[in-house]
Amino acid sequence: MSDMSQSAALDRRERVRNGLSRRHRGEAIFRGIGIAAIAIALALVGTLFWQVLSKGLPAFTQATLHLDVTFDEDVITAGPAPLRSDYASAAQYEAAFLDWRRALAGINWAALIEQAVRAEMPELDAEASDIRRLVDNNAGLTLRQMYQDDPALLNQTLNVALLGSADTDNWLKGTIDRSLPDARQQLSAVTRAIADRFAADGVISMDFAWHIFTNTDSRTAPASAGLAGAFVGSLYMMLVVVVLAVPIGVASAIYLEEFAPKNRFTDLIEVNINNLAAVPSIVFGLLGAAVFINYFRLPISAPIVGGLVLTLMTLPTIIIATRSSLRQVSPSLRQAALGLGASRTQMVFHHVLPLTLPGILTATIIGVAQALGETAPLLLIGMNAFVANIPGTPLDQSSALPVQIYLWQGNENRNFFEARTSAAILVLLGLMITLNAIAIFLRTRLERNK
Amino acid sequence: MKTALYAGAALAVVTVALGATAAQAQTRQTIQIAGSSTVLPFASIVAEEFGAAFPEFNIPVVGSGGSSGGLRQFCEGVGDNTIDIANASRKIRTAEVEACAAAGVTDIREVVIGYDGIVFAVNADKGDFALEPVHVYKALAAQVPVDGEMVDNPYTSWADIDSSLPDQPIALAIPAGNHGTREVFEERVVVPGCEEAGVDDADACITFRQDVVVEIAGDYTETLSRLQSNTDTIGVFGLSFYEQNTDTLKVATVSGVEPSMETILAGDYPVSRPLQFYVKGAHIDAVPGIAEYVEFFLSDVMAGAGGRLEEAGLIPLEADTRAQIVADFNEGVQAAAE
Repeated sequence: MSDMSQSAALDRRERVRNGLSRRHRGEAIFRGIGIAAIAIALALVGTLFWQVLSKGLPAFTQATLHLDVTFDEDVITAGPAPLRSDYASAAQYEAAFLDWRRALAGINWAALIEQAVRAEMPELDAEASDIRRLVDNNAGLTLRQMYQDDPALLNQTLNVALLGSADTDNWLKGTIDRSLPDARQQLSAVTRAIADRFAADGVISMDFAWHIFTNTDSRTAPASAGLAGAFVGSLYMMLVVVVLAVPIGVASAIYLEEFAPKNRFTDLIEVNINNLAAVPSIVFGLLGAAVFINYFRLPISAPIVGGLVLTLMTLPTIIIATRSSLRQVSPSLRQAALGLGASRTQMVFHHVLPLTLPGILTATIIGVAQALGETAPLLLIGMNAFVANIPGTPLDQSSALPVQIYLWQGNENRNFFEARTSAAILVLLGLMITLNAIAIFLRTRLERNK
Repeated sequence: MKTALYAGAALAVVTVALGATAAQAQTRQTIQIAGSSTVLPFASIVAEEFGAAFPEFNIPVVGSGGSSGGLRQFCEGVGDNTIDIANASRKIRTAEVEACAAAGVTDIREVVIGYDGIVFAVNADKGDFALEPVHVYKALAAQVPVDGEMVDNPYTSWADIDSSLPDQPIALAIPAGNHGTREVFEERVVVPGCEEAGVDDADACITFRQDVVVEIAGDYTETLSRLQSNTDTIGVFGLSFYEQNTDTLKVATVSGVEPSMETILAGDYPVSRPLQFYVKGAHIDAVPGIAEYVEFFLSDVMAGAGGRLEEAGLIPLEADTRAQIVADFNEGVQAAAE
């Protein structure tokens, strides 16, 4: 009898030991898989960041020429700027000023740059076209703007910083293979020699490219293309999203959670809101084109339409997140408020809502960050356009940051715009990280104050 | 909190109302353009220079979407929320003129801006291609004649088609149907090649095999990345794109002629086409600057020989031709559909 029970106990212990080692093994495997998953995710994120950073960072510096430019009166033949006092009416002055500006636009500003380059390298034997390829088309506009702002510059010599052309930048950075034969290079041998010589002398330096942030997109002067227009366009859209999506989203969440009766109809609404959150964003773009542009006759390529479309996309995110944070508020708080005689509205607005603020804020910022990076619906409402203006109002045509990335990615001046595309991605990523950091900061602050 | 919420809601309502009324009241001040991605670089350059030369007008907004996409938007109707100008790398079709008329767009004026070549290019480290239209046809048609009978395309290497071509697996990246380039490609290369091969069935000519032909709906950069992922691919590009990317691409001759500005201008290179844009006549007085834009586009400094657009790869028209086009535009001569 005791023999039997002893052997049974041994048997059980054996079984337990076996089972234990199996469980330990299982746990080790699971942990291993978990660590591997995280390692893979980190490696992928790391590769992405490394790719974007290694490509994009060089774009933040750009070949810039520092030349002594003389505003030669033989070249600048537009005459003096019209004076207000010479004209009887403001309209006449306006017309004369426009004529003068048009005359300035017709001046061969590249000739001034050519003179300056030849002065820097007196031994130079080059065609005018070789020199013109050295600098960006924007250089002429820079000089014109300087002169237009201050006509007293006539016959003065000034050291001016002028952007090198995209091809010069490629050549000096080595983004185009320097060993390729002449026929496959973008710049002539003479231009390349000038660029190398200037880079060695310090006439061309790699300066920080501020214009990425201050200029709009440009095709005629690719080296000066910037993100300002797209940035402002995105800003307007986010403004529309915040102004529309937050009040509507929070209000519907409060109503559905706190006031609405629980019946088939509200269940249906809830299911549909969840479905809406899963609708592909391109569908919202189609809807935007059909409803806002064709029916309400809002302008094409305008941030207001983009904002409205993105609002529709962000609404479910905000509603769902707000509802879940409302649900987390303890029912005893509600009962206490009601028990003390508060009305339901007072209960919600005085006691429940303040507690959910961090949740709503996080939802808003995450929703906005998501909308900020959305591209597909914008392509359908004409925001994938080349826009060289900074939009003044949300009704003006504009581009948006993610669309600008898409446009630059498709630019035929690939060597130059590959880096520029990555730089735009960096700016967008920076903006997203900032938004998320603000969300985290505000949430922790609000939660501490609670 | 309560007041903040109410204020927010009120603000939202006001914004929407304002937006709606402003859109109703506002007449658009900026020229709105869309269409061909081949014309886009040229139109964008002109738009910017136009803004500089005519400070009283806004810089026009130039969208893409391909020739067909642009003309579809163009034919949506007349009014602020429709585009003024459609860029196209092919001529407008009769069906499109009819669609336009149905939507109330009856005054369509064509402005030809210059010529562009369509080139075949391979990765720079690949062999030299001397293509004939018939080679291209035999490479991409679904069915080809072999010994007088139509059979499923048997060719796998270019050398199978003609021993003068490199022994390289056949792979082609051609523009998709939304691009005007596709139509010109079919008309100028595939159909002549098809006729040369002795086939007289137009549909069979332009039915392509799906295994080696990739249709690119996006920009030429997409074609280029296709060439980089499958290095045997031959891509179809615009001449201007090729010229900006000579460091990675090598161009093929067609019928023995190397594509260049000179050979296209002289009419030697067979695969070239006019580029143009279509202007909505009803918008000319409604949106400021359209007439000036057209005239500026065809001026010597832009579309002329030695102008900005030639630098960017457009093959210019003669001065008389351009003057005639501007005159026709101002007189309201209507676009003829093909």
